[in-house]
Amino acid sequence: MTIARRTLLALTMATGLTAPSLVLAQSDSIKIGLLATFEGAFTVLGEDAERGAMTALEEFGGTVAGKQIEIVKGSSDASPDSAVRAARKLVEQDGVKILVGPLSGDEGIAVKDYAKTHPDVTFLNGSSAAQDTTLREPADNFFRFSTDGAQWMAGLGDYVYNEKGYRTVATVAEDYSFPYTQVFGFMAEFCKAGGTVPSKSWVPIGNKDYSSVIAAIPDDVDAIYVALGGADAVNFLSQYSDAGGQAPLIGGSITVDQTVLTAKGRMRDVLIGTPAAGPTADTNDAEAWKTFTAEYKKQDGAFPSPSLFAHAYYINMKAAILALEEVGGDLSDDGAKFRAALAGLEFDTPTGKVSLDDNRNAVADMYLTEVTEADDGTLVNKMIQVTPQVNQTLGIKADEFMALGAVSRENPSCP
Amino acid sequence: MSDASRSRTDPLGQGQGITRRQVGAVALLIVGAVFLWMVFAQWPDWLDAILISKKAFLSAILNGLTLAGLYFLVASGFTLVFGLMRNVNLAHGSLYLLGAYVGYEIADRTGYWLLGVVGGFLVLAVVGLVMQILVFRRLEGDDLRQTLVTIGISVVAADLMLAVWGGTTYQYLTPDWLSGAVRLPIVTAVRSNGSEVFLAYPFYRLVVLGAAIVIGVALWLLINRTRIGSMIRAGVDDRAMLSASGVNVHMIFAVVFALGAGLAGLAGVIGGSVLSVSPGEDVRYLLASLVVVIVGGMGSIVGAAIGALIIGLAEQIGLVYFPTYGVVLTFVIMVVTLAIRPQGIMGRSL
Repeated sequence: MTIARRTLLALTMATGLTAPSLVLAQSDSIKIGLLATFEGAFTVLGEDAERGAMTALEEFGGTVAGKQIEIVKGSSDASPDSAVRAARKLVEQDGVKILVGPLSGDEGIAVKDYAKTHPDVTFLNGSSAAQDTTLREPADNFFRFSTDGAQWMAGLGDYVYNEKGYRTVATVAEDYSFPYTQVFGFMAEFCKAGGTVPSKSWVPIGNKDYSSVIAAIPDDVDAIYVALGGADAVNFLSQYSDAGGQAPLIGGSITVDQTVLTAKGRMRDVLIGTPAAGPTADTNDAEAWKTFTAEYKKQDGAFPSPSLFAHAYYINMKAAILALEEVGGDLSDDGAKFRAALAGLEFDTPTGKVSLDDNRNAVADMYLTEVTEADDGTLVNKMIQVTPQVNQTLGIKADEFMALGAVSRENPSCP
Repeated sequence: MSDASRSRTDPLGQGQGITRRQVGAVALLIVGAVFLWMVFAQWPDWLDAILISKKAFLSAILNGLTLAGLYFLVASGFTLVFGLMRNVNLAHGSLYLLGAYVGYEIADRTGYWLLGVVGGFLVLAVVGLVMQILVFRRLEGDDLRQTLVTIGISVVAADLMLAVWGGTTYQYLTPDWLSGAVRLPIVTAVRSNGSEVFLAYPFYRLVVLGAAIVIGVALWLLINRTRIGSMIRAGVDDRAMLSASGVNVHMIFAVVFALGAGLAGLAGVIGGSVLSVSPGEDVRYLLASLVVVIVGGMGSIVGAAIGALIIGLAEQIGLVYFPTYGVVLTFVIMVVTLAIRPQGIMGRSL
């Protein structure tokens, strides 16, 4: 008797859990999968990414070509296998035909490889910015309207060499594809200008205790280039200030992002004045950026200014909706028309014009910034200069650029 | 023991060659002398070339020691609870994280960091007490179910904490007298003009190490020198017999669980002040204390101290000298321990 009752209860609960997805599968709606890091060390980043995607959705009133857009969320923890698992769930169980995501570098490469096994599904990048997601062995159905980590560094190497006068720089970065790409982008300019990088420290993602790493940085460098994200950046910065850090810092794109600048703690002093570069600048006074910021702030828990994750997810989500509009919401031919529309899409974003290259990677404007204290006491990235229309090969000829080799711990090197 | 018996049968004790113990002592002396030389002498270039720099090496050792102090604080509560109750409390990491958040709130609202430390300990001790009375007492003697329930609690607690405190990284503002660096009387380099560069080290980390040693000694005294300690030890050996001799075993269980949870909360505040507080810390410290306790031996305070020392040093040295594979080192130590001495270094065979 008890057993029968228990089985019944279990069945009821199982039905209760699966029923909502059955009800929501209506024919006059378009499902878009949203894959971001809603768990793990990058939770804050993932939450802001969702705000960005939702800002784009609300701009179109949640509909396209008369059809309701239905968002199905998938969560990963920044590890490639969790991203693939979430993508599989969205594609194979929820049946999405369009997927926006993932957030982090290694995830992007893994999802790109997964995309090759489902040519009828269209993948748009979230904010992942590893170079090889689109540069080497790209997938025909993976589109990146946000740019990569090397593009984000445009202008920074020259700026710190010429304006700041730094000649030797040590780097500290997490040990995976996205920071490799960022260090590559920085060193490409910095080493060409004549600077040297005598020491590179690669630390495991999610590391907490940086004091030993800080002690191992040579004393005689002019500055330290830091490419860490989220909690990792907060830990490094406060421990660096505790250790009485003397050398000025240079920031990777996500190191001085709003997700870090808003963290509570004692690292303001080492942050102020830090130059960095990336796809956004908080004090950008272009009208489009101000409108975007205002719309973004309507989301729950928004930062004072959108992080670059919100920005990247916004752009990719908007690209998906614009292309859907162009084909009238028609995905009946396995999305072939939709992908053709995406490939030819060119539109104005809050940060200037965006178009795709042959590998379906974006060409866009980049911003050189410096951390300053705003009037209300918050830290913001002040815009210093704009590098217009940076492509993935950083303005170098494609074959010459490919000859530089894939990014890694050792490549590039200029000790 | 073997030394003593040998000297009785062979009064001269010589001509037999040197005993194993003497070899060990000489080796220890040599290692100690080399280490002292490495700390105080100025390093030649070839040593710098191997170990990056004297500053990097000594900082890694000191950081390993302070990290070990933190691990010990977390693992000692874990090992106490296991030793007495045979209850592998897999929600121990959640207690750490909750302590860190509670301490943060208290310190942030009152402005007194020390109140946060005390509050973290007390609040978590109460939480531990409630957990023991409401959950574990009902499942007494059913080890597997107790362990499974703790997994459930940790999953629920992680999501509740994410709902309340969000995913942001929190950082304590430690008081001024704890901040800043002290100059240790160790010369790391000599400048070209002959002036000496001393090793600077964050004062707060030294305080953490000191606090861990004080708490460790206090725990040892409590277990080995007091009446309640002897009851706890008796409970570890034979729960039924202790109960039969008229001791209220439930009370002892409750006290030990409260103490273990309180120590996790205290470690949360102290650890959150050295590093930072963010979601995911619960799993990290649960894993760390599991490894520490497996290496050191389940149920032993001294074992927890030794395990923490080995794991803390291995983690920091790995991070500096082979960062990519450093994570593996910790688990290699655990696997080797399990293979050679499954009960742990100080553990008694079960």
